[in-house]
Amino acid sequence: MQQTNINTLEVTVQRGTHDAPQDEIFQVPAYENQTILDVVSWIQHYADPSLTYRFACRVGMCGSCAMMVNGEPRWACRTHVNKVLDKNKMHIAPLRNLPVIKDLAVDMDPFFDKWIQAEGKHHPTQTRNDPIAPVQPETAARVEANAGIECINCSICYAACDTVAGNPDYLGPAALQRAWTVFNDAKNESKQVILDAVSGASGCHNCHSMGSCTHYCPNDLDPMSAISGLKRETAKAFFKGRTNA
Amino acid sequence: MLDLKLYMAQRISAMIMGPLVLGHLAVMIYAIQGGLSSAEILSRTQGSIFWFVFYGTFVIAVSVHAAIGMRVIMHEWLGLKGVTLPLFTWSLCLILLFMGARAVTAVTLL
Repeated sequence: MQQTNINTLEVTVQRGTHDAPQDEIFQVPAYENQTILDVVSWIQHYADPSLTYRFACRVGMCGSCAMMVNGEPRWACRTHVNKVLDKNKMHIAPLRNLPVIKDLAVDMDPFFDKWIQAEGKHHPTQTRNDPIAPVQPETAARVEANAGIECINCSICYAACDTVAGNPDYLGPAALQRAWTVFNDAKNESKQVILDAVSGASGCHNCHSMGSCTHYCPNDLDPMSAISGLKRETAKAFFKGRTNA
Repeated sequence: MLDLKLYMAQRISAMIMGPLVLGHLAVMIYAIQGGLSSAEILSRTQGSIFWFVFYGTFVIAVSVHAAIGMRVIMHEWLGLKGVTLPLFTWSLCLILLFMGARAVTAVTLL
């Protein structure tokens, strides 16, 4: 990497655990084509090897490295420093709305538990002994399902969601988008199971449609519209008298 | 916190309120523009089944809608939960219903 004229970046990193967070400032050499992941990696390699953070693929596929940068959730590996730098400074913190394990690593369990709670899992219609059923790609339901399948589970939408911040039991955008995707999958059985799962006290009806999930999704997905789809389908089921919620 | 039934109650009450709000605004503007006195207004509303149903429905819809909306705010902003949350929701609904019903009966009953 080629070093730029700015010389150094002033990087403040939130360290410590959930109960005792504290900010620590590092001077990091500035380079062209430098990502947030490059910055935290430099800190770990050259300044403080005890800095804890997560990453795996480094190319925006695995969803491991999301963190708060200057107060906004971002994927560290695909966010260029120049895009977020504020007067040569930046603040890096663990993802919002999740318990911190240490430094920039958060406990993702609540996030993934809610995927299961929202029934965002496959409910098979056939067994492995049946012939493979063809999927018609042009049907309206399949188009809806396809819209959400590129989710990389990075939890950026969950961290961006103000409803999760105010109502920690709320299932959140990613789990609900997954539920909507599975709901629209022709190979998924018992749609009502999903509608019931998202109609409870922590379900899709808590969404205020503020749209932070859609705004911040690094893969340009649209969880807010997926949640609207669930609201629409649950309302239809309500009028037909099919609800356990 | 806000399940399907509460969500539907709030949406349906909003749909009922929509035309009633417009009607209420129109009545207010008409009464002010025309320079009607209180006595003249009461002479038109007292004993009127139409205004009783109009504002009676309005009061019921407002009580349901506002109580659910405030429930959400109390939970998300002030952390109200457990039994206190439904207690608050029902209390506010009944208070609004009582106050509204008192006003409607005073204006529309003979």
